[in-house]
Amino acid sequence: MAADEPLVLGIETSCDETGVGIVRGTTLLADAVASSVEEHGRYGGVVPEIASRAHLEAMVPTVQRALDEAGIKASDLDGIAVTAGPGLAGALLVGVSAAKAYAYALGKPLYGVNHLASHICVDQLEHGRLPEPTMALLVSGGHSSLLLTEDITSTVRSLGATIDDAAGEAFDKVARLLNLGFPGGPVIDRYAREGDPAAIAFPRGLTGAKDPAYDFSFSGLKTAVSRWVEAKRRAGEDVPVRDVSASFQEAVVDVLTRKAVRACKDEGVDHLMIGGGVAANSRLRALAQERCDRAGITLRVPRPKLCTDNGAMVAALGAEMVWRDRAPSAFDLSADSSLPVTDTHVPASHDELHRLSE
Amino acid sequence: MLLLAFDTATPAVTAAVLDTGTGRVLASADQIDARRHGELLLPTIDAVLREAGVAKEALGAIAVGVGPGPYTGLRVGLATAAALGHALGIPVHGVCTLDGLARAARDAGAVSGPFVVATDARRKEVYWARYDADGVRVEGPAVDRPAEIAERLAGLPSVGAGALLYPDAFPGAVAQGPADQSAAALAAFAADALASGVALPSPSTPLYLRRPDAEVPKNYKTVLPS
Ligand SMILES: [Zn+2]
Repeated sequence: MAADEPLVLGIETSCDETGVGIVRGTTLLADAVASSVEEHGRYGGVVPEIASRAHLEAMVPTVQRALDEAGIKASDLDGIAVTAGPGLAGALLVGVSAAKAYAYALGKPLYGVNHLASHICVDQLEHGRLPEPTMALLVSGGHSSLLLTEDITSTVRSLGATIDDAAGEAFDKVARLLNLGFPGGPVIDRYAREGDPAAIAFPRGLTGAKDPAYDFSFSGLKTAVSRWVEAKRRAGEDVPVRDVSASFQEAVVDVLTRKAVRACKDEGVDHLMIGGGVAANSRLRALAQERCDRAGITLRVPRPKLCTDNGAMVAALGAEMVWRDRAPSAFDLSADSSLPVTDTHVPASHDELHRLSE
Repeated sequence: MLLLAFDTATPAVTAAVLDTGTGRVLASADQIDARRHGELLLPTIDAVLREAGVAKEALGAIAVGVGPGPYTGLRVGLATAAALGHALGIPVHGVCTLDGLARAARDAGAVSGPFVVATDARRKEVYWARYDADGVRVEGPAVDRPAEIAERLAGLPSVGAGALLYPDAFPGAVAQGPADQSAAALAAFAADALASGVALPSPSTPLYLRRPDAEVPKNYKTVLPS
């Protein structure tokens, strides 16, 4: 770790995790997360107002925890990065407001960055600098995207995305159908390990010859699982939860990995990274590894804690922004719930930069 | 001591710097833009500090409106105050937003004797509080439908955008009184409270007054035809 590498604190509040991370260059120093997931559990999904209230409460304590964990003083920092979008509008606004105040009070540059680009950039903390180009498959409760990046601070192109439910959402909905609680990902993964992935032939969405090559659809799959389970229940039979979990999960990860590998081949890219909460899924990791090995693609998947929403990923992208001398954001930075993935960060306009330097 | 005050619980984005020693407001700025609290607050704080010629490191404390007010805007002020206080190592004091409006109304001579402050709580409700002749809050803050509180507040003059919005329920609305928050009044209120040892609300406990909207999803819907 070179001492001259940028020391950056990152704040993430786009959904239900209040994340504050600190990195130096590509080295992780602290990753503090406060989650309100338990408060959302009984609603079966994230309730925006509950998330926003929790972010406000957790913000300062989580920043302090990250500083303590990293063993640095706030005045040592070279910059403050924050998720400017996409995400829940009210939730984002808490993080953006706090980040601005920290940057202003400490006299440090502010970097409003893209949540999706951060999910990709976090892999630098695990496997070193991203090869250029890198293909990224981002799968979580909020997103399912295939992205191609040539420079994570400036160039991210969307090849495809879900046209209905996000992959993680499908896990949540099937878990609710099977009465397995929220969030659905980890528990389905657990049951699936003891089930037969070939027990039930669930449909693979958007895999026909004429379907868009890189888009995803999980809504039809979710409906198919519902029909199958209801039919069992109506017939008075036991629902084989393990087999349903395994067969459903197999349908999801089959499509995800098949399309990701195909995108790599089509675009001539030999590195695939997988990020987002669903990247923690053990079967997704295994099948992706198998298919990448066969195709001669190097697979990069960060450890599960870095795949879910966290502040370290925001800090990682912020550090890269400093490293590559990208323009900081202005203090009128706004949270943008639908920030396009191509906007890797939200730099100040030329006029604003001029004013800031006065 | 130099006190920085701001509030985002009403449509106003308002900030002020007050010298508690002299009681003088060194600078203040008010903009009415209910939808852009997030964008405008920090530039507004920066502007008042520059105008006052006060370095942020010279600040001794922060006073922030803790509502009641629409949540998203309210949290902009609170998140900003908490982070500024943390980074600068200075205390943050909460002030009930309606107390700031009450102070502004009295200072402007818009009311004398007992009165009511009401702001727009949306959804056809108001946030309100009742004050005695000395400007001390004696009831509220609360959130209610105007018609439901009209009778018990009858005969009292009222100030604030909530009172102006519902003239039937607030016939005593004072048109020339303050409609939205002003940080200068909020700062004056906080400075007096700190000087006299009156307890101020915690800045980490916003006055939401309503439980979060959170629908427990209905029982699982079947997709097979029944
Ligand atoms: Zn995410």
